[in-house]
Amino acid sequence: MSDLLTNLLSGPVPIEAYLGVSLIMFFAGVYGFLSRKSMLMILISIELMLNAADINFVVFNRYLFPGHLEGFYFALFTIAIAACETAVAIAIIINIYRNLTSVEVGNLDQMKE
Amino acid sequence: MQYTLLILVLPLLSFIVLGLVDSKWKPKVAGTIGTVVLGIITALSYFAAWEYFSMHRIAGVYEKIIPFNIEWLRFTDYLHINLGILLDPISVMMLVVITTVSFMVNIYSLGYMVNEKGFERYYAFLSLFTFSMLGLVVATNIFQMYIFWELVGVSSYLLIGFYYTKPSAVAAAKKAFIVTRFADLGFLIGILVLSFYTKTFDFGILTSGDTSVFASTVGASFMGISVMSWALGLIFIGGAGKSAMFPLQIWLPDAMEGPTPVSALIHAATMVVAGVFLVARLFPLYVVYSPEVLHGIAYVGAFTSLFAAIIACVQTDIKRVLAFSTISQIGFMMVGLGVSGNGGHEGVGYMASMFHLFTHAMFKALLFLGAGSVIHAVRSNEMSHMGGLRKYMPITNITFLIACLAIAGIPPFSGFFSKDEILSACYEFSPYMGATMTFIAGLTAFYMFRLYFNIFWGKEHKHQHTPHESPFAMALPLVFLATVTVLAGWIPFGHFVTSDRANYDIHLDFTVATISVLIAVCSITLAIIMYRKESKVPKRLATTFSGLHKAATNRFYIDEVYIFITKKIIFNNISLPLAWFDRHVIDATMNGMAGTTQWVSVKIKGFQSGQVQQYAYVFLLGTLIITALVLIF
Amino acid sequence: MGVILYYMNFLSLFVLIPVLMMLGLFVSNSRKQIQFITATGASLLLILSGIITYMYLTERAAGNVAEMLFTADTVWYAPFNIHYSVGVDGISVAMLILSSIIVFTGVFASWKIDPLPKEFFLWYSLLSIGVYGFFISTDLFTMFMYYEIALIPMYLLIGIWGTGRKEYSAMKLTLMLMGGSALLLVGILGIYYTSGATSMNLLEIAKMKIPLTAQYYFFPLTFLGFGVLGALFPFHTWSPDGHASAPTAVSMLHAGVLMKLGGYGCFRVAMYLMPQAAHEMAWFFLILTGISVVYGAFAAIHQTDLKYINAYSSVSHCGLVLFAILMMNETAATGAILQMLSHGLMTALFFALIGMIYGRTHTRLITEMGGLMKVLPFLGVSYVIAGLASLGLPGLSGFVAEMTIFFGSFQHTDTFHRVMTIIACMSIVITAVYILRVVGKILFGAIQDAHHEHLTDATWFERISVVTLIIAIVAIGSAPFWISGMIHESVIPVISHLAK
Repeated sequence: MSDLLTNLLSGPVPIEAYLGVSLIMFFAGVYGFLSRKSMLMILISIELMLNAADINFVVFNRYLFPGHLEGFYFALFTIAIAACETAVAIAIIINIYRNLTSVEVGNLDQMKE
Repeated sequence: MQYTLLILVLPLLSFIVLGLVDSKWKPKVAGTIGTVVLGIITALSYFAAWEYFSMHRIAGVYEKIIPFNIEWLRFTDYLHINLGILLDPISVMMLVVITTVSFMVNIYSLGYMVNEKGFERYYAFLSLFTFSMLGLVVATNIFQMYIFWELVGVSSYLLIGFYYTKPSAVAAAKKAFIVTRFADLGFLIGILVLSFYTKTFDFGILTSGDTSVFASTVGASFMGISVMSWALGLIFIGGAGKSAMFPLQIWLPDAMEGPTPVSALIHAATMVVAGVFLVARLFPLYVVYSPEVLHGIAYVGAFTSLFAAIIACVQTDIKRVLAFSTISQIGFMMVGLGVSGNGGHEGVGYMASMFHLFTHAMFKALLFLGAGSVIHAVRSNEMSHMGGLRKYMPITNITFLIACLAIAGIPPFSGFFSKDEILSACYEFSPYMGATMTFIAGLTAFYMFRLYFNIFWGKEHKHQHTPHESPFAMALPLVFLATVTVLAGWIPFGHFVTSDRANYDIHLDFTVATISVLIAVCSITLAIIMYRKESKVPKRLATTFSGLHKAATNRFYIDEVYIFITKKIIFNNISLPLAWFDRHVIDATMNGMAGTTQWVSVKIKGFQSGQVQQYAYVFLLGTLIITALVLIF
Repeated sequence: MGVILYYMNFLSLFVLIPVLMMLGLFVSNSRKQIQFITATGASLLLILSGIITYMYLTERAAGNVAEMLFTADTVWYAPFNIHYSVGVDGISVAMLILSSIIVFTGVFASWKIDPLPKEFFLWYSLLSIGVYGFFISTDLFTMFMYYEIALIPMYLLIGIWGTGRKEYSAMKLTLMLMGGSALLLVGILGIYYTSGATSMNLLEIAKMKIPLTAQYYFFPLTFLGFGVLGALFPFHTWSPDGHASAPTAVSMLHAGVLMKLGGYGCFRVAMYLMPQAAHEMAWFFLILTGISVVYGAFAAIHQTDLKYINAYSSVSHCGLVLFAILMMNETAATGAILQMLSHGLMTALFFALIGMIYGRTHTRLITEMGGLMKVLPFLGVSYVIAGLASLGLPGLSGFVAEMTIFFGSFQHTDTFHRVMTIIACMSIVITAVYILRVVGKILFGAIQDAHHEHLTDATWFERISVVTLIIAIVAIGSAPFWISGMIHESVIPVISHLAK
């Protein structure tokens, strides 16, 4: 037990640690996406999932292909896309709020008819 | 003899012109055009007949001449429809008959139809009919005959339905067309079968006596009957339909709804004998390849003749009496053909049948035109509205009497000679047949004089207007036809038309002649007693034989049987269920398929709840399951 | 223009003219202009069909014995070997004549169409593009494409300008025909891939040998696919509803030409490319078509709506087309093509007249009409002529076609086929029954409805339409030899291919 702790603190950070963080983030996002009723919270959950993916990109790049930069670029790219997506989503949410005075996702099933 | 083509072309042109101008011309002009055209072709036909019969016989027989023949439509290498003109004794004889009667009817109609609406239409149809009928008789092949056969059918339809606002006329026209059409189906199938085995339509080849043409029919049979019997029997059904043989006679009495001159032309003199002509045309085939069918024709003819004669005795509509008498007389002709053999004395029945066709056309047209004259005068068809007309209508009276004497078979009028030949042919065939036909001849004399006395003698009916003699245009044809009727018996017919086209000298069989004349005279006497003055005998007879009388008045309920078959069986039990089946089974299946699709779609619509989170949940689950499966397997 | 023509071959004019008509219609903005454009276009097409017939006959007379004349071939989409290839033989020429006559008369029959005349004629032109394109194509793919082009406008034409239960009928018709074309697409692709040909050209595939097992799958698919459009029992039920709801010109074009696509396709594609399977399976389809012939006629007896009567009669007559094709001999096949031509003309005449009568009386029920001959003599006489043509009066086209079929079919050596022929013959009697029933009911007798006393007879444009059709019917009926000869010689290659 102490060996493991020593290794963990003294040596370079192992890849599993990063992956553990991103895993927790991702499933927190999934849980939030499935359980939250407010659209804003859902949006935040999506952001969480995206960020988890970003961490993975960076980590895999760093550990598996050192010297290459594609993973970092891709992470930056995703952040930019996520920003745009959030802007559009919030615009939609605001519009929905103006029309329905509610952002509860359970109320939004008019399109199915 | 190229000019014979004109005989066909002119009436066709006349039909087209009169049909197209419709009512833009004055009625008189249309009538005159029609009549003049008919006059020209009558003259041409007479000239053709004179030229044809004055030609030298080759090896003792008249040649067949084909002055004109073009290919109209080619089915296969050997089956092709030609349109052409075939001149042989019977077709030339028919040319004369048709043009004469048609010409007379055209003249007569100038007087009879003058006040009718649609005068041009009437003359157009008459021209169409004349064209078709002439085309039929000069046909060079059996298919050309079928073509014109259909055309006469339709012109008959149009002319019966001439008074198209009158429901009974429309119904009669429809009935006539459909009944004959049904019979024509037999004709068509007969042609199909015949042409399948013989590989030809051409009369010249079929009747040449060349047995190699029929080589493939030898031994071929269907359902135990040889194919030639099938073919010829089916073709006879076509003839029976047009010629109103039992049980296809039902359309002819109703066809009297047409204008009376039309009845005279089509339903007495020309079209209805087309069936007889057809059998005569194919006679060499019948007699060689299928004598049993030929005998069948004789029996059908005899039965029809008897049947119609009985009905004619009780009818009260004068045109219907004449219609039934026509059926009966055509029966005579069929019997004549049926009992005949081929060539020489054997073939006397054939000759007699053609002779009777000729004389009958003349005197029956005369009777109808006379009846038309009477109807024109009293404006009714019913005998009870007539009586005592001899004072007012002397010409009609005399000519009608001549025709009655002719049809009753009293010498020296034409009917005597032709009927007598048929009777003697019948006696040679079998004594029973002879006796039956003699009896029918007696019946004929009876009902004709019943008709005559009821119209011109008997008790005078109170008329609204005094009846008057018909105008000149109507009297002229009467007189002309009466003259022909008186003289036609002396034509040495056997010299012109025989089964083998050779010469045959007619010998009167005096025993037969005496018997038949005696019976005719007795019948006439009976008619005089019963109908000349008012008498109670007919009524008493009617009550004594009330069953028979009622059945005969109702034409032995044959029409009812037909109505039962068509209305109840075909209309209500085949057509109606089929229409229902189509809508409620076949269409419902198709609609059902559409409905099922829709039902399924409604059912699975619930999966699309519109809840994003639910979708995501299902998505996640799916992903997990698939991942698990991939890991396990 | 010249360049286009050089590349496209002048047969493509048949497609090009309707395209130009559509362009013209886009920019037109008054009824006068619309009428001018459509009438000019339709007349050009009619003249063009006359020219092509003349050119075809002279070319044949000059001794050109190629199976297809005036062929042209351009690669269209190389990866899938799709070519735009055109060419005509006697059968296609006959069909082009038919289409042109009907497109022409249809324009005059819908001269005063209301509402939205511009849109109506736009779709109408698109429909005619499909029809013409189908008949000039020799490539399976372009054939199929034009077939689809012809189907789609039908939905809108019926759905918007129709009468009665128009949405239902439009949907039914489109769905059933689309179902047929789905089978067809599978069939066509199957033919192409199993034949091993390097293009979808009919003539090339015909030279290949499709494996027998493949034929067993694809022959029924293709035959049924086209058969649905040819109103093959039991897939005919779109016809009564569709025709009853369609506007006049659409009924004319649909029953007159579009249904012929079915017969043409069965003959040209199904039978021609898969002869062995055709031989093996003909008996089954022969029974179906035999049922169509008699069944349609019987069902027609009991209808009361004029259009339904005519639709069922079309089932019967088109059944005869497929029936004759399946007999697989030259005469019967010639008869089948003649019957397509003749049925197209007379059914178009019927629908035109029914439309005109309906436009006046506002009813199509025969029980509510009577004595119309007196007030509408021109339409009445024309109706009688159409009826007589339909029941096979000599001198009119129906007779020639039916007799060629019957006599051709009866030459078959097999008794089964001959018995079937006799059964089919019976339809001519039943036809007489329902035709005369209608004629007697609506034209003759006393006038049923007092409002009908003052109807006006046909106008000039209606007369043009009716008279053109009657002339065509009479011309084929009284002088059938030239057209029958033209068709016959083109049928021979197909039949001899079948006989191998």
